[in-house]
Amino acid sequence: MRKLLNTLYVTMPEAYLACEGENVLVRIESETKFRVPIHNIEGIVCFGFAGASPGLMHLCCERGVALSFLTEYGKFMGRVTGKVSGNIFVRRNQYRWADDDVESVRLAKRFIVAKILNGRAVLHRAVRDHPNSVDSQLLGNIMMDLGRLASQLDIAKNLDSVRGIEGQAANLYFSGFNQLILSQKNAFRLNGRNRRPPLDRMNALLSFLYTLLSHEIVAALESVGLDPQAGFLHRDRPGRASLALDLMEELRPHFADRLAVTLVNRNQIDPSGFITKENGAVVMEDKTRKEILTAWQKRKQEEMIHPYLGEKVTFGLIPYVQSMLLARHIRGELEDYPPFFWK
Amino acid sequence: MVLITYDVNVSTPIGRKRLRHVAKQCQNFGQRVQNSVFECLVDPTQFTQLKHRLEAIVDPKTDSLRYYFLGSNWKRRVEHFGAKETYDPEGVLIIDANP
Repeated sequence: MRKLLNTLYVTMPEAYLACEGENVLVRIESETKFRVPIHNIEGIVCFGFAGASPGLMHLCCERGVALSFLTEYGKFMGRVTGKVSGNIFVRRNQYRWADDDVESVRLAKRFIVAKILNGRAVLHRAVRDHPNSVDSQLLGNIMMDLGRLASQLDIAKNLDSVRGIEGQAANLYFSGFNQLILSQKNAFRLNGRNRRPPLDRMNALLSFLYTLLSHEIVAALESVGLDPQAGFLHRDRPGRASLALDLMEELRPHFADRLAVTLVNRNQIDPSGFITKENGAVVMEDKTRKEILTAWQKRKQEEMIHPYLGEKVTFGLIPYVQSMLLARHIRGELEDYPPFFWK
Repeated sequence: MVLITYDVNVSTPIGRKRLRHVAKQCQNFGQRVQNSVFECLVDPTQFTQLKHRLEAIVDPKTDSLRYYFLGSNWKRRVEHFGAKETYDPEGVLIIDANP
């Protein structure tokens, strides 16, 4: 199994990234503040306007280290990558399937069934762990309905009905989401899911975590030779990583939603770390963002037994494992794609 | 995690050159924790590579290299006191205004 390497996050706009030998340097006002061997990292994520030297970009491309630039709010702007890699046959088959309704529907169902059941598992965990502080009746009903929707997927004939079921499931799931928040309830109430811009703190938090997750999935898909832009459920749109969004569906509840809830419930993030703008958009302060990145990095290092492989893997590798399984399925080595089910 | 320490004879200009080269190679793979002491988080392939490079530089008659293998549980085996703060290569790497 591949070793999980570290990601370097730079959140200082005045930082400049350079290289020296095989080291990545972070310079601030031409003083070297930090250096790390490139062997120890697999990605560099810059928030804000951190610059990077062409020499460093060269080194990153050569070593397959993903160098991404995000705005200070975590919106993806661009990425420096090396040449197109991987297996053309896998990619071509991926395009064929993406154009083929039967195959697309089949795979879309896999992603969505896992999303629905993983969401249900998140609610289930809340009922089990905090029977006295959550509305078990309400959550019980939601879980039952989610289960019903998941079985309706079996008979869905086309992508539109899969999307319909997905939408209903998402609405249901988020209608019970506030029950999971046990402390700082008022400050972190979720008023329905909204984005661009997020209108409350919980939405801002979720959006940020989804951005981090999609960054990792894109990198994972690229590394197994799949094209992150050609999706099965999500339609092609220039610049959109549709396949990454497909794969993200099954990982959202476990990777992002649960982490958001944990951060709030443990009071690790504070309502005052968010600012509301004139247009109602809620954005995070640097301190909050750092807190979240720290928690994200820690979560990535936790270990679990992969439900399909039966092997011990770190969380951070799950996007790679799922991408690898998907690539194997598309290549024809695996009968079917086993989505990630969290138990 | 491998701890690498070295002693290079610097009584000649060529010796000082060797010292610089050894330091540079160690730096490529790890973190300088003290003057001629490096902590390198490397996999077996990378270690072989580093070892090969270092041993091509040093002069075995006057210089020495020592490798201490700390394993994957190295965090329990290292304690630090005093100046020269280090970072944890497996920990969270965030560069921001208030480190």
